[in-house]
Amino acid sequence: MSAPVIEVRDLRKVYGSGDTAVHALRGLDLTVARGEYLAIMGTSGSGKSTLLNILGCLDAPSSGNYLLDGIDTAEFGEAQLGLLRNRKIGFVFQSFNLIPRTTALANVELPLVYAGVRRKQRRARALAALQMVGLVDRAGHRPNELSGGQQQRVAIARALVTAPAIVLADEPTGNLDTRSSEDVMAILDRLHATGRTVVLITHEDDVAAHAQRVVRVVDGRIATGVAA
Amino acid sequence: MRFVEVLAFAVRGVTANKLRSALTTLGIMIGVASVILLIAVGNGASQSVQNSIAGLGTNVLTISPQRAQAGSSTKPLTTADAKALADPTEAPAVKSASPVVSTSATAAHAEVSYSISQFLGTDPAYFSTTNSSVAEGALFSTDDVTQGRKVVVIGATVATQLFPTGNPVGETILVNNIPFTVVGVLASKGSNGLQDADDTAVAPLTTVQNALTGYGSLNQIVVQATTADTLDAAQAQVTTILDGRHKIGFGQTADYRVLSQQQLLTARTATTDTFTVLLASVAAISLLVGGIGVTNIMLVTVTERIREIGIRKAVGARRSSILGQFLLEATMLSLFGGALGVAAGFIGTRFTIAGIQPVIVPSSVLLAFAVSALIGLFFGSYPASRAAGLRPIQALRHE
Repeated sequence: MSAPVIEVRDLRKVYGSGDTAVHALRGLDLTVARGEYLAIMGTSGSGKSTLLNILGCLDAPSSGNYLLDGIDTAEFGEAQLGLLRNRKIGFVFQSFNLIPRTTALANVELPLVYAGVRRKQRRARALAALQMVGLVDRAGHRPNELSGGQQQRVAIARALVTAPAIVLADEPTGNLDTRSSEDVMAILDRLHATGRTVVLITHEDDVAAHAQRVVRVVDGRIATGVAA
Repeated sequence: MRFVEVLAFAVRGVTANKLRSALTTLGIMIGVASVILLIAVGNGASQSVQNSIAGLGTNVLTISPQRAQAGSSTKPLTTADAKALADPTEAPAVKSASPVVSTSATAAHAEVSYSISQFLGTDPAYFSTTNSSVAEGALFSTDDVTQGRKVVVIGATVATQLFPTGNPVGETILVNNIPFTVVGVLASKGSNGLQDADDTAVAPLTTVQNALTGYGSLNQIVVQATTADTLDAAQAQVTTILDGRHKIGFGQTADYRVLSQQQLLTARTATTDTFTVLLASVAAISLLVGGIGVTNIMLVTVTERIREIGIRKAVGARRSSILGQFLLEATMLSLFGGALGVAAGFIGTRFTIAGIQPVIVPSSVLLAFAVSALIGLFFGSYPASRAAGLRPIQALRHE
């Protein structure tokens, strides 16, 4: 087994303070190997989304260490975290989070713009990513002109357009019907097949069945680790 | 991240909500335009006052009666006073002294009747003293004054009112039902913002006294000094002569007042300055209100788009590129609105407003433009910089 791409030690996250403090994570440990396909399950409020947000560098832990490729992310500054989110991590949200009034193509191009890729190359790569999710013919459509499943596929195209090593997905099928869910999972499976590390959160056992390994988060800690 | 890309995002941001962008622009435009326009009106008023007073000449003294101290008697200014002032041995610095009576009168010609605000009776020297010249016809002569002929020289406004089409020279008009022959029309002097200098008619002193005002006191004696340099000497001589004739002792308040054009100018400038300050404060309020409107819209724009900021950060945008985008959006709206405001201000000042030809003050253009731009920039960038400083997940969860 290769060196872990994600290593989390004694991770804690507290929202608020004093009597109203909410302990979302209470000393969580997790290791994800390179190229692994991991599903995180757990009830609402168990802290799994908080965990994934921290893994995606969208949020910072209150205490504990998050080592990405062996380097503690606490050492990174704002600009380097931006670079990480841009190059290394692709994040897929449950609620898609596309920019409204902006075409699918422009949404997919967005990370490349911030990466400083030239217009011509950007267009080609964004179209290739849309091709991969089967939405090239919808490139000129705005998010409100797309179905939920199509929006999620655009969001996945955006997550993979910079060819990140890690793809994180927070309940990617949570808002989708069965048919769209299967499309989305097929894409994630293919991403894994090309050697990417995929971590996803889900409530559904059949979605979790796509993963090599399933962990359960209970009360801010990992409860069981079952190799698939 | 190149500047062109940030600019492209900003352009898309501005055009994404056209109505809101248009309203923001409109707010800035109205603020800027009103500042430029109102200050220009105030400035125009004060300039026309200065011009009209300067038009009277710099070597002129105006003597008018004033109430003396309680206890002492008040003697009216008389034609004899005016004659005494013109004495070349007693007052060598005085070139001429014109007695002036003034009244308002209703003039009529054919079916038209017009109320002249200043109907003056004086002598021919008055015209040269006040730099008045005729556009048509001729002035009346000293002989007309001696004979008390019913002739009149009318101002441009009176001419256009009574004779909209024909030539007034040689025509007869009825002034308070007394027939006067129009011998000339004065060249236009324009409005000074407070009164129309052309709304006047000038007739021989004796005629006006005989027909309209009676042989009472004079309203003014207008004195012309020999040169502008002898004005002070003339003022001293005039004071000495009148003190003697009116028996004003040392330290007593005189029953007349001598004002030079310079003093008149100072007094009138003070008045128009007050006027300008008043207009400027109204303009400043409208700029402030416009600025608050812009502030409000900028705050709403940014707050509403905090989620968008979160998305951009989640895909790797740096704080600086987000800040740059919103700063550019605010700059474009402010500059565009400001430019439109300047244009509207310039167009507006081409029209005569309430009888005043506005004159643009260059610094007001700069000030209005800068203030509006700064308001837009500050209130656009401040909430954007706060939002850009959030962790992506905080911005994404923002409701």
